[in-house]
Amino acid sequence: MKFARIIWANLLRKKVRLLLTIGSFAVALFLFVFLAVVRDAFNRGADVAGADRLVVINRTSIINTIPLSYRDKILRIRGVKNVTHNNWFGGTYIEEKNFFPQFVIDPDSQREVFPELIVPDDQWKAFVNDRQGAIAGAQTAERFHWKIGDRIPIKTTLYGGGAWEFNLDGIYHGKRPQDDETQFWFQWDYFEEKVPQAVKGQIGWYVLRVDNPDDSPRIAKAIDDEFANSPYETKTQTESAFAASWVKQFGNIQTLIVSIGTVVFFTLLLVTGNTMAISVRERTSELAVFKAIGYSDRAILFFVLAESLTIALIGGTLGMLLAMAAIPGLAKALNGLLPSIVLAPPMLLFGLVVAVFTGILSGILPGWGAMRLRIVNALRRV
Amino acid sequence: MVNVAGNGGTGGLIQVRDLDKTYRRGGEDIHVLQGLNLDVSPGEFVAFMGPSGSGKTTLLNLLGGLDVPTRGSITVAGDEITHMSSGKLTEWRARHVGFIFQMYNLIPVLTAFQNVELPLLLTKLSKAERRQHVETALSIVGLSDRMDHFPRQLSGGQEQRVTIARAIVSDPTFLLCDEPTGDLDRKSADEVMALLEQLVASHHKTVLMVTHDPLVAARAHTTLHLDKGVLVEASKLPHGIPAGGVA
Repeated sequence: MKFARIIWANLLRKKVRLLLTIGSFAVALFLFVFLAVVRDAFNRGADVAGADRLVVINRTSIINTIPLSYRDKILRIRGVKNVTHNNWFGGTYIEEKNFFPQFVIDPDSQREVFPELIVPDDQWKAFVNDRQGAIAGAQTAERFHWKIGDRIPIKTTLYGGGAWEFNLDGIYHGKRPQDDETQFWFQWDYFEEKVPQAVKGQIGWYVLRVDNPDDSPRIAKAIDDEFANSPYETKTQTESAFAASWVKQFGNIQTLIVSIGTVVFFTLLLVTGNTMAISVRERTSELAVFKAIGYSDRAILFFVLAESLTIALIGGTLGMLLAMAAIPGLAKALNGLLPSIVLAPPMLLFGLVVAVFTGILSGILPGWGAMRLRIVNALRRV
Repeated sequence: MVNVAGNGGTGGLIQVRDLDKTYRRGGEDIHVLQGLNLDVSPGEFVAFMGPSGSGKTTLLNLLGGLDVPTRGSITVAGDEITHMSSGKLTEWRARHVGFIFQMYNLIPVLTAFQNVELPLLLTKLSKAERRQHVETALSIVGLSDRMDHFPRQLSGGQEQRVTIARAIVSDPTFLLCDEPTGDLDRKSADEVMALLEQLVASHHKTVLMVTHDPLVAARAHTTLHLDKGVLVEASKLPHGIPAGGVA
């Protein structure tokens, strides 16, 4: 700690440069953390997927339906514990921009298959007894300031069009922070009653729970074999694989985000590294004096690394504070287009690790150069 | 006692034997020092003179462990420094050598106090002990009232006195001064020289100094002239060669 004064004095030598470097670091780290959060949101489906859940879709594509009659056949396959089914509704609330995912659910099996999405028992009971009932995720309810008892019209261009009316009977919460709280559920019976004849008895996909996740490959094969050569062949996959294939429909988002993140990281490295290199070059003769009066090469490296780490930690902290302030706003601005943009504590830790790593990396080369200075040559430089 | 014949025995503070230093520039070997011998006893004040490029600073760098010779040996207070590793040499410098440079080489972002304290940060002294040592050093150079001034707030002479305080604060075995008055006006130069004389006379320091200035060299006990890579006592120079060389 007795060297802290030297490190601090050197850092404050060029205050404007220091401020600009810390500012660049903060903005770049904010961007880096934001990209990481968006990437995380895209991967959220895979992350929250239950290890014991499988998804069955039409082999042709997810927009093709499969018969409700498959349910009992699936249930008969050894190792299948529960089955539920969903349909995509694709409606909007009042305006087109008010998008959120609406699913038709089977009240008899929904909670058994998705136990992590919690609905209080009294609300669930009201929902089950109300043909036009609906359950909304907490995030969506908060977004539109809905409260239980509200009448909610959802417009759809599918299933004959028009506005469908629902009674909000309950609000669900996820057990974990990463659980998706943007969905809107309503009853299969109400859906079945209102859709055109051609669509009746058709569901979008099945989600099932198995007794033992290790059995999943066998069960998936058994289901697909069961419906092979039928008009509605199936494709069964784990929920995480299903979520990953869903994300792929957006294009190769992963590569795009990782590419931008990499560019941001190297820009960050170059900005800090350049500042440190200039700073070391400007005081070559001073470093030579330190070495002449007995400071070891390691001490010189320590000084340079301590400076770059201090810049990185201050810039990193500011960047993460910026992220904490801005990301909730950005999440709202995205109008639920992504499941949920959450700056979770692990992401903050990740930001801190990136900051420390960048600080060390950007100080290594200038520090190494300072270590290797020949005193007699460096003393001649002014 | 100062001896350049190489027969000074083993009792001196500094013993230099058959010292060679050769630089390679543009594919050509330049022999700066050749078979140089020197013995210096404790408490001596020695001035080195000679023309530019004669190797005065090179000799000072070798004596201070800042550079390594091509051949020969340097022994200081019983330590043979020519074969020390870089790390050992760094520790040795911290213990035995006080450096005074022509351009002062103070750290501009640190106060006079903090500059003088630098060598002590490498020791195990407590904060209070360090403060006491720094205040003593600054009082010896007459700058007790300038402790909190930054180098830019001091005159050239004052900066050089801070450098001297930094050089003596850890009580080194000897001081190496490279043109200590080279950047000062005559009055400041006199003050600095008076200070060095006082360090030798009152504090029994050994001082080795490089200078171009005959008036400054005259303040030393012994003046040695570096000529063609070897040392000659000024009193033994042939007539017609100025003691200060041609620079």
